[in-house]
Amino acid sequence: MPTWKIISYIAVMALVTYLIRMLPLTLFTKKIENHFVRSFLFYVPYAVLGAMTFPSILFSTDYFWSALVGTGVALILAFCNRGLLTVALSACGAVYITELLLRILQ
Amino acid sequence: MEQSNNCFSQGLRDGIPIGLGYVSVSFAFGMMVVSQGLPPWVAVAISMTNLTSAGQFAGLSLIVTGAPYVEMALTQLVINLRYALMSLSLSQKLDNTVTLLHRFLISFGNTDEIFAVASGNPGKVGKKYLYGLIVAPYIGWTLGTLLGAIAGEILPNTVRSTLGIAIYGMFLAIIIPPARQNKAVLRVVVLAVFMSCLFYWMPVLNQVSSGFVIIICALVAAGLGAWLFPIQEEV
Repeated sequence: MPTWKIISYIAVMALVTYLIRMLPLTLFTKKIENHFVRSFLFYVPYAVLGAMTFPSILFSTDYFWSALVGTGVALILAFCNRGLLTVALSACGAVYITELLLRILQ
Repeated sequence: MEQSNNCFSQGLRDGIPIGLGYVSVSFAFGMMVVSQGLPPWVAVAISMTNLTSAGQFAGLSLIVTGAPYVEMALTQLVINLRYALMSLSLSQKLDNTVTLLHRFLISFGNTDEIFAVASGNPGKVGKKYLYGLIVAPYIGWTLGTLLGAIAGEILPNTVRSTLGIAIYGMFLAIIIPPARQNKAVLRVVVLAVFMSCLFYWMPVLNQVSSGFVIIICALVAAGLGAWLFPIQEEV
């Protein structure tokens, strides 16, 4: 892929992301009153992250089974309100151990 | 007069745990960029100009597949739309030291975690505190990306495979605790996950590109959530 095309992609990403963050902070100093819009914006991050995580998480490692174990560990720890770092690294650890076992058994 | 936190060193301290957390996730991002056959500078350039996890991962897959620019812009818009809400909320939290010029600069660093910590302050927050708060996460995000892009090739396959799940682990840590407390959030998440799985496994539907799948899932799930379970406003 030519360098100019990669730079154009990065510029589009950065510009859109910046405008989303910048415009509300500089234009809207008053509270949005529309209840539906406020509710919609409240739910958007959860919907986005849910759709991004599943089913992709199940194919994020070399083996389906290790990803399944890692997902289980992440779900349990997140359910126990553990921090981002703890959940992420524990999932990695669970995947590592599972793949180690899988390689021994094969 | 309402109290205001405008201390740079206090912000710096508050940002360090965020910065450490970012290193591991951005490491995975840097690694993923290089594993897709792109040079390390692309990874670092994306991280330094975007400073967003989910948007960057989605953007990367669109770059690799050579998606149209419109799809890239729309994907970023929907994935990062949550920042509009955070920026809106943050605008109510700033004291009068944060003039328009500083709003232009500070808005760049308004990530999920920085927003969460800034909002956690009891009173208002000032520009010095906010600049301090952004420093460590920005360095952590950039450095982690660089390390991942460089060391990703040296790391053995076994380790590389395990890091692939890191970003999703972080996503789960963000959505599960609120979903536990709030049934409406749980329903929105379950609906989005269900739709996303349909788009992955159903014939015809699985022809839709991943960027638009996220857009459709988010619009439908969050829209239905807003319609059926309007949020309760604190007075």
